[in-house]
Amino acid sequence: MVLNQISKKYGKQEVLTDISLKLKPNTIYGLLGRNGAGKSTLLNILTNRIPATSGKVLIDGQPNLNNDDALGKIYLMSEPNLYLTRAKVFQIFRETANFYTGFDFELAHQLTNKFGLNESLRFGKLSTGYRSILKDIIALCVDADIILLDEPTLGLDANHRELFYQELVETYADRPRTFVISTHLIEEIAGMVENVLLIKDGRLALDDTTESLLARSYSVTGPEEKVREYTAGLNVIGHDSLGKLRSDYVFGKLDENRVLPDTVSVEKIDLQKLFINLTEQSDEEGQK
Amino acid sequence: MQFNFDSSEPLYLQVAEQIENAIFLGSFATGEQIPSTTEISRDFQINPATVLKGMNILVADGLIQKKRGRGMFVLEDAQEKIRTKRKNEFFQDYILNMIVEAKNLGLDENAIISLVERGFEEG
Repeated sequence: MVLNQISKKYGKQEVLTDISLKLKPNTIYGLLGRNGAGKSTLLNILTNRIPATSGKVLIDGQPNLNNDDALGKIYLMSEPNLYLTRAKVFQIFRETANFYTGFDFELAHQLTNKFGLNESLRFGKLSTGYRSILKDIIALCVDADIILLDEPTLGLDANHRELFYQELVETYADRPRTFVISTHLIEEIAGMVENVLLIKDGRLALDDTTESLLARSYSVTGPEEKVREYTAGLNVIGHDSLGKLRSDYVFGKLDENRVLPDTVSVEKIDLQKLFINLTEQSDEEGQK
Repeated sequence: MQFNFDSSEPLYLQVAEQIENAIFLGSFATGEQIPSTTEISRDFQINPATVLKGMNILVADGLIQKKRGRGMFVLEDAQEKIRTKRKNEFFQDYILNMIVEAKNLGLDENAIISLVERGFEEG
């Protein structure tokens, strides 16, 4: 799947600006960004639920516009409820199978059992959590090559969140395909995500493997003056202070020629910390 | 087994270390099969490619072996190899670090030796 210079405007407000990227086959992506960064808009454009103002989305070389063949290869799980409140769970599975012909009913039954979802219940009777669970189950059972998950764990308790990600990894191991997971709970997906897409202010700020990102993300901690000296001129993306103790977060190469003082320590940081610091900047800029 | 996502160490190295430790402590016994990539991926929600990368380190170290179509098995001399490796690392990881800290605290060689003797008595 290829995105070519996608932009989206609502009136004069530009929500997405010039997004170009290529989704690799059989890869688990984390789509990260603050609230309102444009993640959901992007996912909706990919599946042709809303039109882009400009730019193209190609699936196996075919534009996704009104193209059932192309759209049958991609599935979006998202918050809006597309089902009739009167429809029963098993009817929704059947309805889905009409469009996604390879729907795995056996897996769907296993999953409704594991999650404790009664297939005879009507959609309107399900709680927020179970609505998410139903949509998650469908996402794991459709025979699509690209599965987009927009906040898949909305309303799920910790046990169900863990169970969902376990099932996701297992189906991925059985039948590798591309997942794009958009969530605020970064820690929960950090171990699964092979590639990170970061949207900031409607632009694609990062598109890189998790391993490569974490390999060049550091915290430098020690007495304030020494830390400032050591990180001067480096790409400092944020800091924390505790009295005179300071941590600078550096994204990018450290200067190997600089001598690290005894009182200063350099450590790696995790994905969540990196994300918070990379996306905090715009707030500060916005306040100026 | 547990994996610390906050750790500064890449996840695939943690996977390798955790399995190595389980072999060393006998949880995965000599000649026995270790959990599959999918099982470990599922249980800890780790990308299967990451788990495989960790396992390949253990294959390269001669601790586990792939049997075609059946999975990974613990090799005969795996425990002994880990013991030898850890003995070599003991000096680097424990002794040298201990001496750095002892110097910070102003403890001299004799003081360390008597503390080591006390450790053996109490431990």
